[in-house]
Amino acid sequence: MIQAEGLTKRYGETQALAGVDFSVPAGTILGLLGPNGAGKTTAVRVLTTLALPDSGRGTVAGIDVVKHPGEVRRHIGVAAQDATLDPLLTGRQNLVLVGELSDMGRAPARARATELLAQFELTDAADRVLKGYSGGMRRRLDLGAALMTRPPVLFLDEPTTGLDPTSRQRVWEAIRELLGEGVTVLLTTQYLEEADALAHRIVVVDHGKVIANGTPTELKEASRSARLEVSLAAPDTDGRAAGAMAPLVSGRVHVSEDGRRLSAGVDASPGLATAVVRALDAAGVLVDNIEVRQPSLDDVFFSLTGGHIEGEDEDEAIGSAGGAAAASAGGGGKSAERQELEGVRA
Amino acid sequence: MTTTTLTPTSVGLDRSRSGGSVFGALADIWAMTRRNLVHIAREPMQLSDVTIQPVLFTVLFVYIFGGAIALPGGGSYVNYLLAGILALNLVTSVMGTAVGLSTDLHEGMIDRFRTLPMWRSAVLVGRSMADLLTSLLCALIVGLTGLAVGWRPGANDISVLGGFALVIFFAYALTWIAACVGLNAKSPESAASFGFIVLFPLAFVSNAMVPTQHMPGWLQAVAEWNPVSAVCAGTRVLWGNPNPAGALHAWPMQHPIEASLIWSVVLIGLAAPLAAHFFRRRTTE
Ligand SMILES: Nc1ncnc2c1ncn2[C@@H]1O[C@H](COP(=O)(O)OP(=O)(O)OP(=O)(O)O)[C@@H](O)[C@H]1O
Ligand SMILES: [Mg+2]
Repeated sequence: MIQAEGLTKRYGETQALAGVDFSVPAGTILGLLGPNGAGKTTAVRVLTTLALPDSGRGTVAGIDVVKHPGEVRRHIGVAAQDATLDPLLTGRQNLVLVGELSDMGRAPARARATELLAQFELTDAADRVLKGYSGGMRRRLDLGAALMTRPPVLFLDEPTTGLDPTSRQRVWEAIRELLGEGVTVLLTTQYLEEADALAHRIVVVDHGKVIANGTPTELKEASRSARLEVSLAAPDTDGRAAGAMAPLVSGRVHVSEDGRRLSAGVDASPGLATAVVRALDAAGVLVDNIEVRQPSLDDVFFSLTGGHIEGEDEDEAIGSAGGAAAASAGGGGKSAERQELEGVRA
Repeated sequence: MTTTTLTPTSVGLDRSRSGGSVFGALADIWAMTRRNLVHIAREPMQLSDVTIQPVLFTVLFVYIFGGAIALPGGGSYVNYLLAGILALNLVTSVMGTAVGLSTDLHEGMIDRFRTLPMWRSAVLVGRSMADLLTSLLCALIVGLTGLAVGWRPGANDISVLGGFALVIFFAYALTWIAACVGLNAKSPESAASFGFIVLFPLAFVSNAMVPTQHMPGWLQAVAEWNPVSAVCAGTRVLWGNPNPAGALHAWPMQHPIEASLIWSVVLIGLAAPLAAHFFRRRTTE
C-alpha cells in the first residue's frame, strides 16, 4: 500500500535520505524508528507529497507521489510531527475546514468533526480557540484532522510525542481500532515501546539509511545477547564477584557505583543462572537477586544505531534517546498490551 | 507473530463530490475565505484596522485639519477629505494580506493544506477574497462616519457607488503586491514593515489628505504620478466632491478615473501571476 524505493533527499549539506527502501502491505502498520535527524520525517514528507525526492520512487496505493500528488492526497491522512493546525480557529472549526477542503461537504464534515472530538476527548474544548489548547490536546486534534475523511492510508509522524500516559494509551487504542478497520499505517516514533506494541514490522533508519527491517521479534532475535543482572548482599569491593562471573559472560562485567549491582551481556544458554549462582557461591559471594533479561528493543536499537549503552547506566542511556517517558509510561501495562495486540492480529 | 490480511471494512473516503472541478475550486476558495475572515475577527490589530481606525481617522482629520486647510478653488474640506480617508484606510489595511500570508507560510498549517486534495492556490485567492470583503466593511464604515461628520456627495447614487468601487478595486490590486511581499518575507514581522516602508509613503505622498499644490515642486511631481492621487481624484470626481487636482497638467490628474483603472489592472496583471509563482516556489521542497 505504501512503497519507498531508493528514496534520496538532500538538504544543502545534509543527506536526509540516502536510499531508503521499505514497503507497508495493506492493512498493516510499519514502525519507522530512528534517532533524531535519522530522516524519518523526511521520508514521511516525501510520501505525503510535501517534499520531492532527489531520486527514487514513492507510491501510495499504487500511485506515484511525484507524478500524481493530487491523486495521492485523496487517499491519505497525515498527522505531522509539528501540529499543523490553525491556532486562530477553534478545534471544531479546524476539523470542519480540513473536511471541507477534502471535498466532504459541510454537513458531513460537521458530523464527523463532532464524532472525532468525542473520540479524542476534546468535546469540552471543541469550541475554544486553539491558542488555549495544551500541547497534548493539539496533538490529539491533529490526529483527528488526519482521520477526518476516513482515509485508507495514514501517516503518523510521532503521534504520541508529548502526550501523557493516559492520552498515549488512548491514541494507541485508536490506532489499533483503525487497524481493525483495515487501514494501512506508517508510524514514526522515538519510542521503541510504541513500535513494539503497535507495529507489524519495524524499519530502523539512521543517517538516511535503513539499518534494520523486520518484525519486532525478528529484530530482538537478531541481537541475541541477553543481559545478566546480579544484585549482591554486600558491595563487591575486591572484584571477587566480577572475577567469578567473567568466564560465564560475553564482554565486560559492569559494576554499578555502589558496587552491589553487576551486569553483563550473555548468550542465553540453558542453566546459565544456575551456573552463575554456583560460581558466585564458590567465590563466597552472597547473591540477593539474579535475572537474565531478554533483549528489549531498546537494546536492539542502541546496538544498531551505535548508541552508547555499553558501560553506561541503562536508564541514562534510555533517557538520552528521549525515551525515558515512554519507558516509564508503558512499563507496567506492557505485557497486557502485547496480548491485546496479538488478539487484534489473530 | 502471525500477520493476517485484513480486508477493509468501514474504511471509505467520506467525500461527497469529486475534486478538480471548478466547483471544487470555488468551494475551496470559499472555505479559505471564511477561515481568513475568522482570523481577521480574532486578531484585534487587523480588526481595528478596518473598524476603529477608519472612524478615528475620519473624525480626527476632519476636526484637526478641517479648519486649517483651504482648498485651491474653494469647497468644503470634509467633502475633499473623505475620498482620501477611504484610500488611506484601504491602502494601509493591505498590510494584513502580507502579514497573513507570511504567517500562514511560517506556521505548520500550510503543510496541512498541502496534504489535502484541495486547489492549492485557494490559500492565496481565499486570502485576497477575505481582504476584499473586509475592504467593503471598511468602506461602509468610512462612508457612514463621513456622513455623520458632514460629508455630502454631490452626485447620483450610481456615481457615488462607482467612487467606492474605484478605491476598493485599487486596494484589491494592491493586495496582490502585498501577497508577493508576504510570500517573500522572512517573517511575519518583516512583512509588517512593508506597511511602514511602502504603504504609508504611498498613501501620504499623494493628494489624499491635502492638495498637492501645497507641496514642494519635486514632491508634487511624485505625488501627481502616485496612483493613490489618481484614485483619490477619480473618486472625488465620481462623488461630485471638490477636486483641485483637476487644475493640474499631469495626465493622471487630467484623467484620474482612467488612470486609476489602468493602474489597478496593470498591478493585478503583474502581481497576481507573480504571487502564484512565488507561492508555488515557497511550497515546493
Ligand atoms: N527543510 C530542511 N532544511 C534543511 N535540513 C533539513 C530540512 N528538513 C530536514 N533536514 C535535515 O535532514 C535530516 C533528517 O531530518 P528529519 O526531520 O527527517 O529527521 P527525523 O528522523 O524526523 O528526526 P526527529 O526524530 O528529530 O524528528 C536532519 O539532519 C535535518 O537537519
Ligand atoms: Mg521527525
